[in-house]
Formats: sequence, structure tokens, C-alpha cells
Amino acid sequence: MEKTNFIWDMFGTNIWTVLAVISLPLLFVLVYALIAILAELKVSAWIQERVGPMRTGPYGILQPIAEVVKLIQKEDITPDLSSKLLYNLAPFIIFTGAYAAFAVIPFSEAFVPAGIDVGLFYVFAIGSISAMGIVMGGWASNNKYSLMGAMRSVSQLISYEIPAALAVLSIVVLASSMNMQEISRAQTGWFWNWFIFGGPGDWTKVWVVPFTLALAITYFIASLAETNRVPFDIPEGESELVAGFHTEYSGMKFAMFFFAEYANMFVVAAILTTIFLGGWNSPFGDFMQGPWWGAMWFISKSFFIVLIQIWIRWTLPRYRVDQLMYLGWKVLLPVALVCFLAISLFVMIK
Amino acid sequence: MSEIKRMDLEYSQLDSDRMRINVGPQHPSTHGVLRLEVEVDGEIVTEVVPHLGYLHRSFEKHCERMTYQQIIPYIDRMDYISAMNNEWPYVMALEKMLDIKVPEKVEYLRVIVSELNRIANHQIAVATFGLDAGAFTPFLFYFRDREYIIWILEKLSGARLLYNYFRVGGMAADIYPTFKQEVLDVVAKVRKTNAEIMNLLIYNSIFIKRTAHVGILTPEVAINYGCSGPVLRGSGVAHDLRRDEAYSVYDRFDFEVPVGKGEVGVVGDSWNRNMVRVNEMEQSCRIIEQAIAQMPDEGDVTALIPKRIKIPKGEVYMRAENPKGDLGFYIVSNGTDKPERLKARGASFVNLSVIPEISKGYMFADLILILGSIDIVLGEVDR
Repeated sequence: MEKTNFIWDMFGTNIWTVLAVISLPLLFVLVYALIAILAELKVSAWIQERVGPMRTGPYGILQPIAEVVKLIQKEDITPDLSSKLLYNLAPFIIFTGAYAAFAVIPFSEAFVPAGIDVGLFYVFAIGSISAMGIVMGGWASNNKYSLMGAMRSVSQLISYEIPAALAVLSIVVLASSMNMQEISRAQTGWFWNWFIFGGPGDWTKVWVVPFTLALAITYFIASLAETNRVPFDIPEGESELVAGFHTEYSGMKFAMFFFAEYANMFVVAAILTTIFLGGWNSPFGDFMQGPWWGAMWFISKSFFIVLIQIWIRWTLPRYRVDQLMYLGWKVLLPVALVCFLAISLFVMIK
Repeated sequence: MSEIKRMDLEYSQLDSDRMRINVGPQHPSTHGVLRLEVEVDGEIVTEVVPHLGYLHRSFEKHCERMTYQQIIPYIDRMDYISAMNNEWPYVMALEKMLDIKVPEKVEYLRVIVSELNRIANHQIAVATFGLDAGAFTPFLFYFRDREYIIWILEKLSGARLLYNYFRVGGMAADIYPTFKQEVLDVVAKVRKTNAEIMNLLIYNSIFIKRTAHVGILTPEVAINYGCSGPVLRGSGVAHDLRRDEAYSVYDRFDFEVPVGKGEVGVVGDSWNRNMVRVNEMEQSCRIIEQAIAQMPDEGDVTALIPKRIKIPKGEVYMRAENPKGDLGFYIVSNGTDKPERLKARGASFVNLSVIPEISKGYMFADLILILGSIDIVLGEVDR
């Protein structure tokens, strides 16, 4: 077994280190979610020429904590005619789906919670659990808005998994591995070794650069739809569906949906970083390369993607449900398919 | 006449269950306490029934118990987004019955404050329309600019929203020294933001996809339903009381009446209705600039205001171009200081009636946009 985890290297494999490995990403998600919420508040404020929250702590940096505390204090409402078990289970399933994906995310060359060989496949498999949670929550709420939101969400997820999966598959072909750690390792060196720029190799790779660029954009658009972010936030489309599938949720259960959304944002950003942006590799060859720097690079790159997601959210209007289907099936899917075939052809000839 | 594209209601032979949804009265996108009873087949709207009355305050009946001056602040509460424009036809009606000729300066001041308020109203209309489409940022850009307009109106009248500024025969207060310069500054700001919004929202391809070809209101239907204002002009009918029945001093200004041209989508769709409002803001800016230039400096705007009004027996109907459409007041006087009967013809109410006609067969998400493009204010719908 290759070196994937510094905790196991240092302390061996026992129940405590396993717990530590499991909870490290959880700790990360909690901290990250707070920072992402603050970023959302502040970035939206700067885009809209406001100052954003300023009262809680210096420059309002404690605002996310205040919001979480507020949510915890809220009354936990379960609608009378809802299906109680499913209704209460849904937020946890959604968060589980989002959090389970963190198992294979390579934070650094020395840390990936589980370095399994089918990492990318696992991410896509586990990602669909969220859809189940959304349907459960939406349907069990016994609310027409929630039901419509849930139905939209499922159709959206199916439409966008396919182009996203094709984009990822092309890189799998190029890297000939599904192990996310392997894919990261393949991109070591300067930034032109990243798969967005065709991956490592001699000058012949210029033929695949347009395709990999197109795939990166395809994957990014599809990932926006998967995380229900603007312009694809129609499952919760607040203008018509009030709050979509989580209309009835309040308090901590609502916070779970919230956390899951932010965790999902990071997951798709992390996948994009790993397969297109070199993962934990430094963009400048050996400069600042190493396990600790790697974690820094990885989180910075992923967070940059998250910031772009936030930026887009506060700039664009929302698509309609049929237009979203059109974009998924008739634009992104053909583009991804063509790129996939071209890259496969390139790999075959080479 | 362009072809109307709608989802084929008989698209499916399957007899799927239709769902009835109550949109409102507590719903983020009904612009107030409107309730729409919507029947949907999946995502497609098959029937819309608006239910009114959640904000009904018996305005007309109430007026019969108040003196003519007391009614003015109450009129503000109808279309509370454009209170200045509301007061004008009422005051004009009384002036007509009393046969008062108001001074030039008052006329120009009325034009300026009304056009400023029209800009503020259209800013809210376009902003909330963008919000309905999911664009949050233009909403705040417009609200930032609207604040400057409100500051001017506040300095004039003392109130931010419900001004109570018009009086029979004059205005409640005179202008302040820096008024003209501030108005011109605001006009520059409005133009700058509008140029920005053009790129950010109006010509955004997602926004066009969402709003073009949606909620097509043909000119025939619009006229049959008695629509007015930007809703009617969006359908290509150039009807504007400021030009057609030039009241006050509107005949002295050079301005155009923007109509839906169908540069994107077709004439009469939501995009064109919205575009009319954006263009009208520019025309209002032009009117304000001309009015500022022509406005006489001397003269007291409060001189002619009578302390008690006793309107001679008779009746009058006066209408003016509100930002939302024709606003008319029909007043029957019995010779006392209170009206015998007062009837208001609100544009929002009439424009809203066209919703069931134009929203059938579109998607549920489109219904919200159609409602947003009609630009109703519930204070005027229910009165």
C-alpha cells in the first residue's frame, strides 16, 4: 500500500487513528463552511456595493457563527401531515452524501482519507445519495412547493451527472487511473502539466488542449447544476417555489441542508481542482512543493473555484427548468461526448 | 401580428393529475398580498385565478367621510411606490372643479417630482422583475440609486415614501436652494446605472431566454382588457396621456413614447414590457432636464392654497399617466367640503385582470415573471 495518509504513517492503524482520519475532513468542512458563508456574505456585498455584515466581530467575521447559533435556537418544526421518519431523516442523508465524498479527496500527497483506486467513480456514486435525500425531504414535507422542487432536483441531477461524468471520464482516459491521488501525481511539475492544459507530455498534447479546456468548462457548468447554485438553482428557485425542497425545514435541519450545499460546493470544486487544476501540485514546478504546501495549494485552488461559484451566483439570473434540461442534454452532453471521443482517439494513437 | 408560441395544453394523452397551488398571499414573488390560485399540470400552468382583497381598506368609502384635503395623504397609500403621481390627478380634478389656474412654477415642480417618482417606480419594477428572474444584484443597484431620488423628495416634502406634497392650487412647500443641481445629479446617476443594467440584466442571454416570448399580450387583448401604461405600450400601442391628453405643461417638452419594438422576442412579451420601463426612465430624464431648464425661479408655490375647500356641485373625471398606467379619479361633489362619491380607477387592478388570459400554457416559473412584468402594486389593486 502506498503512502496516502500521514496519520497512519505516524501512529499506525488503530481505532483512534481511524477516528482521527474520519473526523479530520469533518473538522475541515465545519470550518470551511463558516468561511464560505462569510465569503458569500462579503463577496455578495462587494458585488452589490454594500459593506456586508460589520457588527459581529471585526469586519463582521463572526457573522457565520452568529447565524449558526441563530439557526440552532430556532424551533424545530415538523409539519403535522408530513411523513415524520423520512422528513427527519432527509437532512442527514443529504449531509451524509455530501460528506462521504470527502473520503477520497486528496488534500495533500500525504493525506487522503481513503486512497481507493476507484475514487472518481466513488464520488459520482455517492454524490447521487444527495438526490435521494432531496426527494425524501421534498416529498415527505407534504408541501406542493417542496414536491415540485424535489422533482426538479432529480431531473436536474440526472441531466447533469452525465456530462460531468463524461468530462471526468475523459481525464481518466488521459491519466489512465481513477485514483484521485494518482491523477494528482500525474500533474506534478509546472502548471502546463495540469490536465486543463492537456496534462503532461510532449508538444503533441496541443491537440488535446482545446478539448480539455472545453471539458473543464463543461464540468464546471455541470457542477453548478449539481450543487443547485445559480443559474441552476431551480430546485429551490425562490421566486416561484419559495424555498423548493426545504420550504418546510427550520432550525438545525435547515442548517444541515445549508451545510450540505456548501460541502457539495467544495466537493465539486475539489474534483475540478484534482482532475483539471493539478490537485495539490504547486503551479511553479518545485517551488513550494511538498505535503504541507500541497494542502495549502489544494485548498486555495478549491476555494478559488468556490469563490467563482459565489461570484456567478450574484451575477446571473436563473434558468427555467426546461431550458436547463436543454442545456444539459443538447449542449453540454454533445460537447462532452465529442471531447471524450477526441481524447480517446488521441490516447489510442499515442 | 406575430405567432404566439405556447406549450400545447393537449401535449399528452396521459391523464395526469392536475395540482392546485395557492401562490400567496404569503409568497416571495407576488409583490404583496396577492393570492393566485394556480392549477398546474406538472410544471405547466393550466389555470390562474387571482384572489384579491387582502389589502382592501375601503378607500373610496372612507373618502366620503373626509374633507378634500384630508384625502390627499390617503391617496398616497394606493400606489405607495409612486405617491407623487397618485396625488396629481386628484388635485387636478379639484382644481378643475374650482377653476383654479396654478402658477407656472407649480406646474414645473409637479412635472419634476412626478417624473422623479416615475423613475423611482420603474427602478423598483425593473429591479423586482430581475429579482423574479433570479438576478439579485441589479435589484440592489437600483435601490441604491432610488435612494438619491427619495432623498430629494424627502427634502421637499418631509417624507420618504408617502409624500403628501400636492395641494389644491399649489404645493405643500417650496423648493430648496440646491434642488435643481441635485435633480440633475440624480438624472446623471440614473443614466449611468441604466447603462450598467443593460449589460448586467436586460441583454443578459439567460434573462432574454427567460423573459422573451413569455406572456405575450397582443395589442387587441390589451385594449379589450383596458390595460394601460407600460403594459399596453409593451404591446406596441403608443398610448400615453402625457402626450395624447397633454395635461399640465407636458405639451412643452420634447419626449418620445417608448413602445415595445420586439428587438428581442416579440412585441408584447415580458421582455418588451420591461424594456418599455427602462426606456421610459430615459424619457423621464429628458423631461426633467427640460423642466429644470424652463422652470421659473421666482414665485411662491404655496400662495394659492385655500384653507377650506367647498367644491361646487357637480362631477368630474380626471386622469393622468401614472407609472403603472392611467390613474383616474371620478369625483361627485354635493357642494360641501366632503365628496359625495369618489371612485378611483387604478391601473394595477385593470392590468392584473389580464393575468389569467396571458399566463395559461406557460411554465409555472414563467407565471411569476409574467406577474412581475405587469408590475402591480397591491395597494392600488385592493385600495
